[in-house]
Amino acid sequence: MSATRRELLFAAGATAAGGFLLRFGFAQAAAATPAEAAKLGDYVEIAADNTVTLRAVNADIGQGAKTLLPMIIAEELDCDWAHVKVEYSAADDARYGAQQVGGSLTVPTNYDPMRKVGAAARAMLVAAAAARLKVAPASLTTTRGEVRHAASGRKIAYGALAADAAKLTPPDAKTLRLKDPKDFVILGKSHKSVDLHAILHGEKLFGIDTTLPNLHYAIYVKSPVNGAKLKSADLDAARAMPGVTHVIALEGVAPPPDAQIGLAPGFAPGIAIIGRNWWLVKQAREALKPQWDDGFGAPHGSADYAAQAKALLQKPAPVIDHKGDADAALAVAAQVIEAEYVTPYLPHLALEPQNATARPTPDGGVEVWAPTQFPNDGRDLIAKTLKLPKASVTVHICRAGGGFGRRIMVDPMVEAAAIALAAKVPVKLLYPREEDIAHDFYRPGNFHRLRAGLDKSGNVTAYVARAVSYSRGGKLTEGSEINLEQQPAVMANHWRLEQALIPTILATGWLRAPSDNTLSFVHQGFWDELAHAAGRDPVEFRLSHMRAHAGDPLLPTTQDGEPQLDIRRMIPVLEKVAALAKWGQTKLPPGTAMGVGCYFSHRGYFAEIAQVRMLGDTDFRVEKIWAVGDVGAIILNPTTARAQVEGAIHEGIAQLRNEITFAKGANVQSNFADFTLLRMPDSPAIEIDFHLTDNPVTGLGEPALPAVIPAVTNAIFAASGKRVRALPVRL
Amino acid sequence: MPIALTVNAKPYTLDLPGEMPLLWVLRDEIGLTGTKFGCGIAQCGACTIHLDGQPTRACITPLAEAAGKHVTTVEALHSIPQGAAIQAAWAAHDVPQCGYCQAGQMMTATHLLRETPHPNDADIDSAMAGNFCRCGTYPRIRAAIHDAAAGHHAAKGDAS
Repeated sequence: MSATRRELLFAAGATAAGGFLLRFGFAQAAAATPAEAAKLGDYVEIAADNTVTLRAVNADIGQGAKTLLPMIIAEELDCDWAHVKVEYSAADDARYGAQQVGGSLTVPTNYDPMRKVGAAARAMLVAAAAARLKVAPASLTTTRGEVRHAASGRKIAYGALAADAAKLTPPDAKTLRLKDPKDFVILGKSHKSVDLHAILHGEKLFGIDTTLPNLHYAIYVKSPVNGAKLKSADLDAARAMPGVTHVIALEGVAPPPDAQIGLAPGFAPGIAIIGRNWWLVKQAREALKPQWDDGFGAPHGSADYAAQAKALLQKPAPVIDHKGDADAALAVAAQVIEAEYVTPYLPHLALEPQNATARPTPDGGVEVWAPTQFPNDGRDLIAKTLKLPKASVTVHICRAGGGFGRRIMVDPMVEAAAIALAAKVPVKLLYPREEDIAHDFYRPGNFHRLRAGLDKSGNVTAYVARAVSYSRGGKLTEGSEINLEQQPAVMANHWRLEQALIPTILATGWLRAPSDNTLSFVHQGFWDELAHAAGRDPVEFRLSHMRAHAGDPLLPTTQDGEPQLDIRRMIPVLEKVAALAKWGQTKLPPGTAMGVGCYFSHRGYFAEIAQVRMLGDTDFRVEKIWAVGDVGAIILNPTTARAQVEGAIHEGIAQLRNEITFAKGANVQSNFADFTLLRMPDSPAIEIDFHLTDNPVTGLGEPALPAVIPAVTNAIFAASGKRVRALPVRL
Repeated sequence: MPIALTVNAKPYTLDLPGEMPLLWVLRDEIGLTGTKFGCGIAQCGACTIHLDGQPTRACITPLAEAAGKHVTTVEALHSIPQGAAIQAAWAAHDVPQCGYCQAGQMMTATHLLRETPHPNDADIDSAMAGNFCRCGTYPRIRAAIHDAAAGHHAAKGDAS
């Protein structure tokens, strides 16, 4: 995250129509010098007709950011939500902060600043009213877009104060008084998406819907294997196809050797086919008949990786972290349990295929519309890759048809810009689904060998986890971090985490709840095996170990400032979900059983229970999920919060049945028919509760996902006696 | 040879290849972008439209097959009584997450209500199984369909 915390600074002014404008930013100086003021974002506008325009700085990918961020401003502003208009801000990190959607960080990074934006605007409206009514500001209150003077019964609407407030000096951020959350009238109550009407009526909204004069459509044909070179292609045959206006071979720009592909300057070489209709362009691809030198990918297949991992798991690997002497503790254990676990690569499969629309500008730059999680990174990488001044690249934030981490990578934006500049026409680049999958940044899988020691009472005394993960360019692939958040580790007095690496050429990236979406299955599954070996109830076994370690020193925050697992917070969450599901108190028919999982992920604590019914010996159905989460003191927008939990649960269940495999560096599964999509008949009943605590509010995009995976696999074991140690599930 | 068809009650005569899928006629030629591209192989249902009232995957339906027929897309869904009820129920249940699949979901659900005014869960499973939602809005879709069925029943009761 690029935005470092600096002074909060406000500036006010008049809108073109004579209304009130509040500007806000993180400035180098505490005073609004002209240079600093130019870097402030426009957040609040109030017009004479009482319309309040609020700007959302983060893209909405279905998580509700475009609605929630303005709700936070509106709460402290005390305006009438019915009079609020919401727009996206410009994509401009100098003025609006990082604007990165990822890591469930939209709420934790924006909650306090957005409250202060609203409070500052409110304070100025109150000051303007106090001057007009010739009363002390402290004698005034605000509610639903009006300032009221209780003593005299007078009230003034915000719109009538806008012009006066625009002339005032904004308050110092440090002096702002924020509401007591118990007085909230907007936050904590469900508010539907500001885009709801547009979605339900098919209005232009998503990146793929971008429409421009003289718009051309493009596909970009790239090698199915990373790094392969083009040997030949029939460009003229493609040019002769109906509707095709341009066929352009682009050399691409190689990223720096050790760079994270997708987040470093550069783009892959390929052939752009451009025309007046996307289907015609796609038809022309058939005539292109590209041939690639695929020798580079030869050793990179799923079977190759599995063979390497098998060997590596038997040898000691570099130690990532440890406590005590795990080997000595294992040597004296009453019982040693050992198991190997495997997780696969996964694609993102966001329903809106990767796309971006780019238009060359008269100054030699480019204007881009894209469904992206990282708009500023897109702008920066376009500028760096194509050697354009940053100021000549403009990015417009669009709604995205799902993100799930794929749209952190901005490759389609860079490609669209390069193609539009080469063709000198506005271009909408759209990946066919097969290319969306072939050029994904996959969730890397991993391999594990776990060993644990139990004492005579069935308590865990030692825990050794050896992982084999993937590396690229000598660096750990994304979402492959092994860390202390693996709960079993911190609940033994002696533990060791080891990690060996297999080099890959595959492009990898973050998938919703990265790291945790594999590790929860592995460790919560093994934890269940330990409970079984100890002859103890899986919920009681977990709770008893958590309580035993509740007094341990807290794990320090990470170098990035991320809080780590506080095991004490998981205890009431697990207790509550067990009560909600009537764990151990429900008589279920044969072949039906419950399983439990709990996991800390992206600052949130979730415990989930799955009820699974076996369908014969080899298939299963997830009938119901109970989920309880602790994400802090308040659920800011309950309808969306629940939707995020419902979505995470569905995604976790879908992950149980899917994988993407590779042969000679290229993906084997290529379109939706090759995957087991989770459809309506497989959607489980879901019951959700939140456990409110005094902790800071945090995001919900990710935390509810990891626990559901082991909850289901542990339920499969309870229902069938079959322990699931590899995903996808094959019984 | 130009092909004539009706889209959302408006007549069009289009000089386009007959094998061009309707999806791209709608999106890139007519400019109706509410119908979405998901997979191109009729697996996800994001492109579902009504062709003479029947839910149809626009991504694999050639333009020639629509000659002389009536196409209805999400942009005109409100003009179908069951469609308006579905939209109202979708709003009441705050169904969408990302929203990308919802045009197709609503087109299919509207047809379900027209054929089966009071669907049970099995009817919903069967009718909606071809529409994939990557975000997992199925519980709300199910609840919204039940709700729309109840509301639609009341409206018909008033009329008769």
